[in-house]
Amino acid sequence: MPDVNTDLGHLKELAQNKFRSFGKEIHKPDRNFLWFLRIVASAVIACLLSVGLFLLLKAWPALYHTGLRFLYTNTWDPVGDVYGALPVVFGTLLSSFLALILSVPLSLGIALFVSELAPRRLARFVSFTVEMLAAIPSVVYGLWGIFVLAPWLRTVVEPFLGTYFGFLPFFQGPPYGVGMLAASLILAVMITPTISSIAREIFRAVPSNYREAALALGATRWEMIRLSVLSASWSGVLGAVVLGLGRALGETMAVTMVIGNRADISLSLFSPGQSMASVIANEYVEATSDIHLAALAEVGLLLFAVTFLVNSGARLIVLRLKTKGGGR
Amino acid sequence: MADVQPIVKVEGLNAWFGDVHAVKGITIDFLPNTVTALIGPSGCGKSTFIRCLNRLHEEIEGASASGRVVVENNDIYGAGVDPVRIRRKIGMVFQKANPFPGLSIFENVAAGLKLAGIRRRSLLQDVVRRSLEGAALWDEVKDKLHQPGTSLSGGQQQRLCIARALAVEPPVILMDEPTSALDPISTAKIEELMLSLKRRTTVIIVTHNLQQAARISERTAFFLLGEMVEFGDTTQVFTVPKQKKTEQYITGRFG
Repeated sequence: MPDVNTDLGHLKELAQNKFRSFGKEIHKPDRNFLWFLRIVASAVIACLLSVGLFLLLKAWPALYHTGLRFLYTNTWDPVGDVYGALPVVFGTLLSSFLALILSVPLSLGIALFVSELAPRRLARFVSFTVEMLAAIPSVVYGLWGIFVLAPWLRTVVEPFLGTYFGFLPFFQGPPYGVGMLAASLILAVMITPTISSIAREIFRAVPSNYREAALALGATRWEMIRLSVLSASWSGVLGAVVLGLGRALGETMAVTMVIGNRADISLSLFSPGQSMASVIANEYVEATSDIHLAALAEVGLLLFAVTFLVNSGARLIVLRLKTKGGGR
Repeated sequence: MADVQPIVKVEGLNAWFGDVHAVKGITIDFLPNTVTALIGPSGCGKSTFIRCLNRLHEEIEGASASGRVVVENNDIYGAGVDPVRIRRKIGMVFQKANPFPGLSIFENVAAGLKLAGIRRRSLLQDVVRRSLEGAALWDEVKDKLHQPGTSLSGGQQQRLCIARALAVEPPVILMDEPTSALDPISTAKIEELMLSLKRRTTVIIVTHNLQQAARISERTAFFLLGEMVEFGDTTQVFTVPKQKKTEQYITGRFG
């Protein structure tokens, strides 16, 4: 017996030595490639840092001028040089949140239909069509919003909501057409391809033997989806939703064209609003005073921070759920 | 044996994948409280065949089946028969253990009962315990019933899947190479388990392992190229096969 042990020890030593020299002895093309990858990887970090630094420098005068009031006051008045970012933060968060509420059920429905129910040809057609939505430029969405969506909202949807659901604070006030509701709807359409195509891939990645386990136990389609598909993939689905949210938070052109551009906080979805992205796009060209420009840069910095926080927060949730053994 | 009524009678069963005729006119019966082994080389249609016995085959896009399969006097391919109800009565265990992801051990075993609409906690607890005992897994998991099913080892997961199938007390359990992904010790445990399962149900097992078929089954059917070449008592099939092809296969000349 001791012989075997020493033999094993010897082998282990040999293997370790082999491994060590293997690790050190990098061939020349590999070394070049390694350096190339290192440079590329650090370039990404450098970009991120330089954007942050640029915004900070540009925003410095406004940071100095308004201080913390910037974050919690709700008057945005470039003429009087008063800058409170609360209305635009509110506009961004509300429109993105509404867009998610509208888009998530729709997107997951599309993804489940395509991955679980539709025959292959129809599935391919539907996926293709939905993905084409992602190819439409933002400014075209904006035009559609102005010429089709907003008039429809003004003449049909908003009067209807106002008449029958006017007791809720969200559906009060005159129907403008352009406003928070229009922006949220456009955002919902724009993020649907993102969420649904990622969710579809996640559903498809669920091994078919999980599905068969449910079917063999006498599950209906829906029960099979719930038992095998959703329970295996919801952490991934959450990731898909976060990517959609990231897109909604930063979306600029289409939102700017239909949100109404008034920096007010109003619970009513009919009233015009302003988002962080849209206020920058609207006012940057016309800003004359240095402090106004700096305030816009500060909004940019804030948007940067908000998207960063939302994304990393969501990623943290996903990570925590995953390690809890929620899904694999 | 002659007066025992078969629990499953198959008459002229055909199955296709699109245009490919995978199972060709199989006629066979299975006796209650026995183990029947289906053997044959890869691609001979034996897996497809047992997937027809709970109408799972047709779930694959383009797949179809025809013929008569009578389980406890009901033709499961009869007009107006709901495949979902059939599958609730016939258990199935797969090659790869597939406990529901994200569900605890308890929930996995209770899944079939919940699908059947049973919610009463005390009943569920009873059945879960009995099923886990029946699958020889209770002692290993009784203190961690609420941990995910996927946290168990491969052999334990397979026994969990057997417990899940047992929970609805199916008259027939289909097993599609249940031990081919397991180590010898887990395999031995599951073989032992199959022998004890005979007391409560009927087992139809597809296996590539000829020794396994010889060890656990009363009767053996040999499949080749979608047809059933020979069917008889296991001892007879393995010692004095009637067909030349069977003899060649069990002596290892092909397959």
